[in-house]
Amino acid sequence: MNLAVLVSSSIDGLMLGFIYGLAAMGLTLIFGVMRVINLAHGAVITLGMFALYLFSVQLGLNPYLALVLTLFLGLAFGVVMYFISVHRVINAPELTTLLATFSVDLIIVGVGTAIFTTSPFSVNVDLGTYGSGEITVLGTKIVAVLAAILITVALYYFLYRTRIGKSIRAVANNRSAAELMGINTTAMLALSFGLGTMLAMISGGLIATLFTFTILTGDDYQTKSFVIVVIGGLGNPTGALVGGILLGLLEGIATLFMQPSWVPVIEYVAFVLILLLRPNGLFGARA
Amino acid sequence: MKNLLNPYLWIILLVVGGISVVPILTGDASMREDLFLILMLVVLASSVNIITGYTGYVSFGNIVFFGLGGYFAFYLMQNFETNFVLAALVGGVGASIVAVLIGIPVLRLRGAYFALATIGINEAMRTFVANFDPFGGSVGMFFNYSVYNAYGGAKNALWFAYDGIVVVALATIAASFLIKKSKFGLGLLAIREDQDAAKVLGIDPARAKVIAYTFSAFFPALAGALFFFKNGIIEPDVAFDLLRSIEALVMVMLGGYGTVVGPIVGATVYERITALLITAPSITVLGVSLGFSQLHLAIAGFLLLLIVLFVTAGFVGWLRQRFPRTRRYLE
Amino acid sequence: MSPRIPRSLWIAALLTLAVVILAACAPAAAPTSAPATAAPQPSTGPAPTTASTGGQTKNIIIGFTASQTGSNNVESGKQLQGLQLWLSDVTKAGGIKLKDGTVVMPSLKFYDDESKADRVQALYTQLINQDKVDFLISPYSSGLAKSAAIISEQYGKLMITTGAADDATMEQGFKNTYQLYTPASQYLSGAIDLLGKLSPSAKKIAIVYSKDAFSTTVAQFANTYATSHGYSVVVNEGYDPSTTDFSSFINKIAAASPDAIMGGGHFADGSTFAKQLFDKKIPAQMLVLLVAPPAPTFTQIGDGAQYVIGPSQWEPQVTYSADAAKAANLPWYGISVTDFTAEFKAKYNADPSYHAAGGYMAGLLLQKAIEDTNSIDPTAIKADLDKLDLLTFYGHIKFSTDAKTHGKQIGHEMVYMQWQKDASGNFVKQIVWPLTAKTADAQLRKLP
Repeated sequence: MNLAVLVSSSIDGLMLGFIYGLAAMGLTLIFGVMRVINLAHGAVITLGMFALYLFSVQLGLNPYLALVLTLFLGLAFGVVMYFISVHRVINAPELTTLLATFSVDLIIVGVGTAIFTTSPFSVNVDLGTYGSGEITVLGTKIVAVLAAILITVALYYFLYRTRIGKSIRAVANNRSAAELMGINTTAMLALSFGLGTMLAMISGGLIATLFTFTILTGDDYQTKSFVIVVIGGLGNPTGALVGGILLGLLEGIATLFMQPSWVPVIEYVAFVLILLLRPNGLFGARA
Repeated sequence: MKNLLNPYLWIILLVVGGISVVPILTGDASMREDLFLILMLVVLASSVNIITGYTGYVSFGNIVFFGLGGYFAFYLMQNFETNFVLAALVGGVGASIVAVLIGIPVLRLRGAYFALATIGINEAMRTFVANFDPFGGSVGMFFNYSVYNAYGGAKNALWFAYDGIVVVALATIAASFLIKKSKFGLGLLAIREDQDAAKVLGIDPARAKVIAYTFSAFFPALAGALFFFKNGIIEPDVAFDLLRSIEALVMVMLGGYGTVVGPIVGATVYERITALLITAPSITVLGVSLGFSQLHLAIAGFLLLLIVLFVTAGFVGWLRQRFPRTRRYLE
Repeated sequence: MSPRIPRSLWIAALLTLAVVILAACAPAAAPTSAPATAAPQPSTGPAPTTASTGGQTKNIIIGFTASQTGSNNVESGKQLQGLQLWLSDVTKAGGIKLKDGTVVMPSLKFYDDESKADRVQALYTQLINQDKVDFLISPYSSGLAKSAAIISEQYGKLMITTGAADDATMEQGFKNTYQLYTPASQYLSGAIDLLGKLSPSAKKIAIVYSKDAFSTTVAQFANTYATSHGYSVVVNEGYDPSTTDFSSFINKIAAASPDAIMGGGHFADGSTFAKQLFDKKIPAQMLVLLVAPPAPTFTQIGDGAQYVIGPSQWEPQVTYSADAAKAANLPWYGISVTDFTAEFKAKYNADPSYHAAGGYMAGLLLQKAIEDTNSIDPTAIKADLDKLDLLTFYGHIKFSTDAKTHGKQIGHEMVYMQWQKDASGNFVKQIVWPLTAKTADAQLRKLP
């Protein structure tokens, strides 16, 4: 195998990994705070894609300005979704919350299919290409990677350095103790769900600037997100970025050495093995 | 032994069996098709209820056994012209062996971790089969139409497949009832409530869970074998469809988690509502023909949300809570 | 607890056995009930005799399932639009008029199959038994069509398949199923011929395809065809249908420096693949992708769409006409290409795709057979379809009458479209192959 190809694919995989990581971050944040696996995660990513499409293609806004709008929309949508579908069953067994969020997924995909059909949509953003020879990188991808880094840093800062962030972590650690300390746990739970949803929608928006999408595309990112959060440790938002990068690199490099259709097989087998051997993630404490 | 004489078991079996036998007696093919689907879903829902409802382990990817049973049986029927009954049994046993092998390590995981692992297993299997050439890879396998000649043509073959699913459904229900009523079933319920306490009571949770998991694999595998025998074609995406898996859990939830009758009621109601939405005449609004079917996913989602939020125990569970007297009858 | 489990098992086994014995009586019951299930057939049987009494209106129902939800909803929806356009044309013309003055009035009856196999057989059984449809049209996609054919064949109901291009499905010895699409085996062979014509020096082909049933089948046939025509297939690999980023795979393809890249899969992956090949400046001379390029939205990806070639069952630019029929010594039948395109545009405000043309053609084919035989008797219509050999707006139609491959399409040809830029830089869809149908010369792919 030609070295330039290896380098080029590693770079491509790495960049894709940042986007994967961002896509998974919302899922793991929500799980970390309230032990809920959000099965509407993929649908929310799709919402982000279509929000960007509507803002930038239909309303003619700059795609990156549209992304900022998507951010606020995501936060609001998440808080609303929390109170409608999750709050009432927050202490119920897993199956209940799984199905509650799954029903939101059905509603989003159902209404989305009726409106947009399953046709492909794309938002064509051109920021040029950089590099030379076999190693070229798209401008839009660089922006997406920078955005992923920026958002991760901001999230980290928010969770560890601000008062509200610390309250969220307190709720994640021990909800009743946090309640006793005078923290409004309901508000914190709703806010975390909003943040998780916001992250999912932003990632959807960024993905929309790179690839063609349909109303069903979010599902693929949801399954990938499961793999990523398990690699990075369930409930660990910054771990998701690392998990995403590892998965991206794996995809980028493995594709060179085998039929690309075998790559997902390896991913899912690795996913199950990691769950069994290192349930706290590759970097978490041993089981 | 006394459980076998339990009249409620026989009432349930007689009701289900009695309805199932109607199309056989009247020769009504449409009713047969509708009931085939319902009975298949009853099998899927009742089976996943054994591991999820009784034992408390949310098996999200339980459909993997439906797919495996289908593939094993289809492979035999296509390549060796094996009789479909034998092929289905081999598929069922094969999937059960896989369940034991997977179950031993995976059932050590708890809660969300187990649920995620079962999703991973299903996806791993789906992508693997799509690359596995003996099973036709992504193209899948399909019968030469003449395979049905051994059964007197496709028409008779479809009746045979129906007879098969009736048998499998009744067996699933019986197993579901007997397990729940047995000491073994009580052990499962104890594991669901508190695994560590169950251990103290002398239950071997690891062993009990694997057995429960194997039951929840065996019957869906039989159903898969029959479904794809009837369908005449098997493809990875159809065999290992995660959505179908989630729908089975929805049916369990709808009818009543951890009850015997619940999944039966849930599967029937869910299937009928979907069918109704699909076959409902479309309405024309401002010149645009809008079928319910275009919105049926959204409607199903909305109904599910209402049930999950407000009738957490499901239909049967609600009856049991509301009318405590019914608890004796509604298992 | 351990002694109890085997006992319950044993009991369950006993019970199963008991029910098996019970059910064993069922097959015996099935044949006796067979006349009952077959009842709808005789009821349609006498229909032609009542129809032939003359001067009256005879209603017929055409049944099918459409994928109104799920992954096939776009293609299936267009197919449905085409069929509905045919129906409104027939209705406007006052029905199909037979020689004896009888007017045959068709209507459509359809259900949503959700793009899933689950309910297809149940719905086709319902269409046949409850709705008593006279003729069937297949669901969209080969997999669903096969499931439906198992039902339609056993009732001996005539079914026209459209949107189903699989070869193997039509090699089952079906007796009542007729295929409108050119089979998958020929999807890329024309593109390989075109490559030979356009660039005789080209030797290396990369075949990359989505790992789904249809694309894999096409790729397998393309591989055989390319190899037998002296090409070396330097990459022959499938990717997961959910792949969204092809960057790394493209690096691998580029390393094999193919002269042409062929394959693809569906809308989203195809357009992303084309865009990324362009962004990465891969210099292959020809890029042929399945499904995605003919879609008008394909050009949303920008300059990456230029030079991309797509096989298509039909395009609005095709040149089939009464004159062409005369030249080919074939009878011509039905609407002209321009009328179909104009009517479709007027009704749906969009260019018709090949799915739409296939849908219209399914109706038109039945209409032709009903007019030919002056009856709605399925046996007569089948006999007529067997010997049919004609040119229509959709192209040449002829069915195999070989026992093994009966009903398989052997007349219709694929066309290949290419996105080219006109003088002012706008995208134009041109037909570039076969040469007899071309609207412009094919262009080799060039990087700016």
